[in-house]
Amino acid sequence: MKSGDQSALAELYDRYSSVVYAVALRILGDAGAAEDVLQEVFLQLWRNPAAFDAARGALGAWLAVITRNRAIDARRRRRPETDIEDVILSVAPDLAGEADRSRAAEKVRGMLAMMPAAQRSALEMAYFEGMSHSEIARKTGEPLGTIKNRIRSGLIALRKAFGG
Amino acid sequence: MSGHEQFGEDLALYALNALEGEARTDLEKHLSSCPTCRSELAQLRGDGALLAFSTLGPRPPLRARQRLLDAAAREGAPQATSRPARPRATALPTRRSWWGWLGWAATAAVVVFAASLWKENAALRQILQSARVQAVQNVRELEDLRRIAAPVLAPEAQRITLVAVRTRPQPQGKAFYLRNRSSLVFVANNMPSLPPQKAYELWLIPASGAPIPAGVFKPDAHGSATVVNPPLPSGTEAKAFAITVENETGATSPTMPILMMGTGE
Repeated sequence: MKSGDQSALAELYDRYSSVVYAVALRILGDAGAAEDVLQEVFLQLWRNPAAFDAARGALGAWLAVITRNRAIDARRRRRPETDIEDVILSVAPDLAGEADRSRAAEKVRGMLAMMPAAQRSALEMAYFEGMSHSEIARKTGEPLGTIKNRIRSGLIALRKAFGG
Repeated sequence: MSGHEQFGEDLALYALNALEGEARTDLEKHLSSCPTCRSELAQLRGDGALLAFSTLGPRPPLRARQRLLDAAAREGAPQATSRPARPRATALPTRRSWWGWLGWAATAAVVVFAASLWKENAALRQILQSARVQAVQNVRELEDLRRIAAPVLAPEAQRITLVAVRTRPQPQGKAFYLRNRSSLVFVANNMPSLPPQKAYELWLIPASGAPIPAGVFKPDAHGSATVVNPPLPSGTEAKAFAITVENETGATSPTMPILMMGTGE
């Protein structure tokens, strides 16, 4: 039996569940674990809708960040590091609709394809595997400074590709 | 200002939670007193979120939706003073309309409007709440507040979403590329017209190496354009195609930003 409350949650789920699930699945590589993160993220939002303040940026991007943090923590079996309220981000597009999402995904994937392989893999290691800068440096054998520079210029390149 | 240079790269790492140890504590200390860096951090987090949007994968299993709604129903409506197992039937109207409002926000295309109303809503709710708890000094004042708040708080209120009226159809491009013949046909629709000395340029993004020029074009009066068999190095594998705006003589490397992009299936 649906109430006004639940239909709001269902609406948000319908709009953003594919982003949340895709990010969790990419990071965890396991459908069951990804589904658990999906539940956790939306239940957190249900328990505390005030956690998202529209001044913090677009809801889709905010959910993506929360999901990524939760999934990384799960992957590395850490206790959640970031408070759900603490994340503020700006400028990122919202991308709730399927068409918008596909277009943005194309653009970002294309941009990643245009990057030098070493830069792309540093970004992916940091983002999808949750590796720290020293772990990446150790794994690649590159100096810390090089890794830092790659990640920063990689993010700026993504920003520019979206005309930001 | 030199402090910011030093923190530039660390900010990017921090935005991805990839900064550790002393560097992290130093940066956090700096952030607590530097609004410029806090704002750049927010930007970088947004850029990081773009990486999240690069993921495309299967949709979650259908059962996950019902599982979520069942869990939410079991937990009951969110409350300021939390007692998680309250039965649904006794949820007070203010809480239900708080979520009802969030449901409206979920459908609203204009987020800014929604955000300002959310702030107003919270303030009104607080006012009403305190008015109920305390002895009512002025009944008429309370009635006025209720009258103002009614359309915002009432679940049965009509909610109208206003969106910008789209007058221009979206630009679209299709590239057909036969690698073994280095043969390319590209068709575009609804491309905005350009200033006199400018043109669009198509780029083939190879698996490795720099983007390859694949034709310069200007749209006709209807916004359509075609490029047929531009000279291309033979047998190049195409990872993606992209379009930028260049001077009408064309460029040898793309000028940012990328206007359109597509990758093959």
